[in-house]
Amino acid sequence: MNEWLLIALMAAVTYLPRYLPLALAGKVRLPPILELGLDFVPIAVLTAIIGQSALIRDGALDMSLGNYHAIAALVAFLVALVTRHLFITIVAGLACFTLLKVFV
Amino acid sequence: MHNLVYNCVLALNDPEPSMHTPAKQLWLGALETLPLVVAAFPFGIVFGAMANTMELGLAVTVGMSAIVFAGASQFIALTLLAGAAALPVIVMTVFIVNLRQMLYSANLMHHVGYWPQWQRAVLAFFLTDETFAVVSDRLNRHPGAPGLRWFYLGSAIFMYSFWQLSTALGYALGGQIPGLSDWGLDVAMVVAFVGIVVPALRAHADWACAAVALVSAVLTHDWPHQTGLLFSSLLAVAAGMLISRRRGHE
Repeated sequence: MNEWLLIALMAAVTYLPRYLPLALAGKVRLPPILELGLDFVPIAVLTAIIGQSALIRDGALDMSLGNYHAIAALVAFLVALVTRHLFITIVAGLACFTLLKVFV
Repeated sequence: MHNLVYNCVLALNDPEPSMHTPAKQLWLGALETLPLVVAAFPFGIVFGAMANTMELGLAVTVGMSAIVFAGASQFIALTLLAGAAALPVIVMTVFIVNLRQMLYSANLMHHVGYWPQWQRAVLAFFLTDETFAVVSDRLNRHPGAPGLRWFYLGSAIFMYSFWQLSTALGYALGGQIPGLSDWGLDVAMVVAFVGIVVPALRAHADWACAAVALVSAVLTHDWPHQTGLLFSSLLAVAAGMLISRRRGHE
């Protein structure tokens, strides 16, 4: 297989979905129902990624206390609820993870 | 050094981004992407090492990172290449994986209507999960604030350069990967995303959307080629829409 052809085609099917909607912005008006749906995109996609990254470890669901990713995520969630502050949330989550790694 | 840290904290707290110069916006965008860069770094190393093991040339490996610039797609391409998949199969799969990013692009449509087309064309290339996350966080905290393009560019350059660096490093290290992937650095991405999502949860519909996304993503984690992620996102969007229509716009 021609590797450079593969790269060119991969680049095309990566770039087009990223660019097309942006290219059309201001030119097409989306139906209101679609506009409403798009508002939920950040929450929907980022939470789905959080779910798979925190709860799926080594290819399987891990809800045990040994899953430090999940515990750090839970701590970050609680801190974020209280503070609503990105920087503090990250520091708290990472501190929790580091403490668990080092001391447990 | 203390002064630098103090400035970082201050910058992330600053309620008035309109006061910022382009240079400061660039810096802020990069700064907010830092935990995500840290989380992506081991993946880049593993990608480079994997490509080396598969006897992909250095130019092809670095070229793929530089021209395609999409972590998940690159991993999937390697896996399919190893399994001797046909070219159309790989391209189609990569396309499906990237449909998620079409949602990002569509979500940003509101905000880029006045950007010149060439700027959209350039910035679209850098629309990764990471950059979308920090950009959408900024839009959530400071809707309508000027300088978004610089902030976006700062995030993009930082993410891009470290992705190149990490894949090249991984390739150079080859078989001798330092156990970097065992450190669990991806936790930085998890907690950063939590810090970005939670402040955006306001109405009941937002919470419903997040809950559906979480549960569905876990249940569909073994679907091939991240289709579970795409499916869960769409399902969660539908849930959010349903609740917000039922309750009226909150």
